[in-house]
Amino acid sequence: MKRALLIALAAVGLMAAEPPPAPDRPLPDAAQEARAKALFADIRCVVCQHEAIADSPAGIAADMRRLVREEIAAGRTDAQVREDLVRRYGDFVLFKPPVRAGTWLLWFGPLAALLAVAAALLAMARRRGEGTPALSPDEEARLADILASQEDRRDPDAKASDD
Amino acid sequence: MIVELGAFALVLALVLSALQTAMAVAGRMRRSPVLAGAAEGAAIAAALAVAVAFGVLILAFAVSDFSVANVAANSHTDKPMLYKVAAAWGSHEGSLVLWCLVLTVFGAVLARARNLSFGLKISAVGTQGMLGVLFLAFAVFTSNPFERLNPAPFQGASLNPLLQDPALAFHPPMLYAGYVGFSVCFSLAVAALIEGRANASFWPAWGRWVRPWALASWSLLTVGITMGAFWAYYELGWGGWWFWDPVENASFMPWLAGAALLHSAVVTERRGALAGWTTFLALLAFTFSMLGAFLVRSGVLTSVHAFAVDPERGMMLLAVLGVTAGAAFALFAWRSPQLRGGGQFAPVSREGALVLNNLFLTAACATVLLGTLYPLILEAASGATISVGPPYFALTFVPLMAVAFLILPAGPLLAWKRGDLKGVGQRLAVAAGLAILVALAGWMAFEPRKALSAAGIGLGGWLVLGSLAEVAERIRLFRTGPAESLRRARSLPLGSWGTVLAHAGLGVFVLGAVVETGYRVEAARTVAVGETVTAGRYSVRLDGVRIVEGPNYLSERGDLTVSLRDGGAARVVTAERRFFPAGGQTTTEVGLDFRGLDDVYVVLGERGQTAAGAPAWSVRVWWNPWARLIFLGPFIMAFGGVLSLLDRRLRLGLGKRKAAT
Repeated sequence: MKRALLIALAAVGLMAAEPPPAPDRPLPDAAQEARAKALFADIRCVVCQHEAIADSPAGIAADMRRLVREEIAAGRTDAQVREDLVRRYGDFVLFKPPVRAGTWLLWFGPLAALLAVAAALLAMARRRGEGTPALSPDEEARLADILASQEDRRDPDAKASDD
Repeated sequence: MIVELGAFALVLALVLSALQTAMAVAGRMRRSPVLAGAAEGAAIAAALAVAVAFGVLILAFAVSDFSVANVAANSHTDKPMLYKVAAAWGSHEGSLVLWCLVLTVFGAVLARARNLSFGLKISAVGTQGMLGVLFLAFAVFTSNPFERLNPAPFQGASLNPLLQDPALAFHPPMLYAGYVGFSVCFSLAVAALIEGRANASFWPAWGRWVRPWALASWSLLTVGITMGAFWAYYELGWGGWWFWDPVENASFMPWLAGAALLHSAVVTERRGALAGWTTFLALLAFTFSMLGAFLVRSGVLTSVHAFAVDPERGMMLLAVLGVTAGAAFALFAWRSPQLRGGGQFAPVSREGALVLNNLFLTAACATVLLGTLYPLILEAASGATISVGPPYFALTFVPLMAVAFLILPAGPLLAWKRGDLKGVGQRLAVAAGLAILVALAGWMAFEPRKALSAAGIGLGGWLVLGSLAEVAERIRLFRTGPAESLRRARSLPLGSWGTVLAHAGLGVFVLGAVVETGYRVEAARTVAVGETVTAGRYSVRLDGVRIVEGPNYLSERGDLTVSLRDGGAARVVTAERRFFPAGGQTTTEVGLDFRGLDDVYVVLGERGQTAAGAPAWSVRVWWNPWARLIFLGPFIMAFGGVLSLLDRRLRLGLGKRKAAT
């Protein structure tokens, strides 16, 4: 009894209560289909959790895929397709946010971070440098001598174990 | 009854952590070894108490005690035992207990550590106790997993079926051990800022204490993240393994900060330099762990991985994060100008290379932080909604890491203090030449030809070959007899092998990630039984579909034959759609055919009809070339971390060279 009930339940569940979205129909032109696929990966399914329409099983993702394919078949460029999607759904739909006043920090932040960290590390190295006076040329030469003579005498394993 | 014991143990742990902090503070101020010993005892007792609480929680799940609200919400009698037990850490409340368990157990290990100086150890134990107080209080007062239900339901609501998977059963414990392991680095950093010794011998010793914790946490986190990525790969059925999803990023930020930390700790240990910077990274790594916990549990982010938790508890977690990180960084701002490390160093040297590593890793970490939080900040500030996804990170994060990878192989070959760039160039010339050949071969071998992907293949090859060049150099391969090389290889310290493996593993990962991302082939079709879907070199035939009854689900199981198009061995895989009546959810079980380094990845979709009205199923097939390397690489890296950890010189108490050098 329980088994029969489960199977009945499963039949309902597996066949999906909501009507399944229309299956994807690839464009006949292989080059156009490849462009469409590339776009799918960068366009967000608007009702999903951080999923591209390429991945999402949601009905609206299927609708969006169909829309993209239709526009490409109609001869629109990738940029035009994106513009049209943004007009319908807003910037939210693009996984690559547009560069505009509100997103400058986002786009140039990484470079700024790189420069800021470089400055911090440089400042740290410099501050340390002040503590110890630099060697005079004479001392440098003596040091080089000592190092050179040590290099010769060194046990072959000393370098390896010095890591 | 036993459940009340668990609830009691959790409260007891909170009290013990508070005592641990209080006695540590008092012991530090009075310089009393007795009080310090008592604080250490409290740390061990707190760990035992949380272990009891966690054990009770697991028991409640194992026996399906639905009078416990958490069990009723997350378990079901029909679930296999593994997932009943794993459900103990599958929910917000349970995973928080696991978090506290790791926190207190590491605190206990810290309390048992020998040969830390009195002040440093007692301050670290006190800080760890404070962290325990905050997180245990959060667990006890807002997220108690032992709350009862009256009346108790007859059946539980079951764990999200997506989470009923072996990789995911073990992924959180690994991840948490890594996340929370950084808490010890955090406590040691706070202790160092409090003790703030000016003498030159302090920092090398401190670096030697921090490094094993950073290494262990980073290795565990590597494994945890990789298991999570593998889970996403074969459980979600999207053919991908990393989506730059906010929750994935949340686990990646502590990993990046931790990677920077374990490199800069080497400089502090060996040269006494970068003391302030290493301290900063130690604070940062655990701050990112806490930030991750907040992002995942507060509901501010939408993600497939997030816990559904109310914003109120999110605010509490934000307060914990704010208090902890705020206090620590304020202390850092106050004390760090007084930190004095060792002497100066030249830009071209091992330490110089490690500083470059830190530069790129922290900039990359900041990029991930920016990409993760920016949509939240922008929406709060202007109401505009944007999405930051893979294309953003491909343009920002990837170039930063690519430059870092170009420099990487030179680092281990440079000598400390004064490196010889020309010498390093000569030693790496062969590896560089071979890497260019690898890039050319990649360009020729894969269709369609892509210059950037070929460059990526060359970069992966460069990392692997550059690491091998380091070994060749150290054992004087081909420049001396094979017997002598073997002898040298044997006497090479484990730490060196660890470095080589970690870097080579990174190269293996890069190879897999570049090839899989650049050349994967996807195909989808609605097919009836007997028809085929073709993806690249492989064709997949649907042989039949049957209904199979699992322990707590029913599934539509498709048998599919994967064969090479130009003939060759055919193999049968099964792909399923599972329906879980308890939660009314459906999951996909991907059929994976391992072909050498490649995966043929088969997803059975929904049932439909052919044009003629016969039953048909939508089948998606991916040919993911070299996908094996994506998951193999990080395991090699983690293994390298473990090898370094086993190095005799890193073991606490065995350090021969005293800090005076």
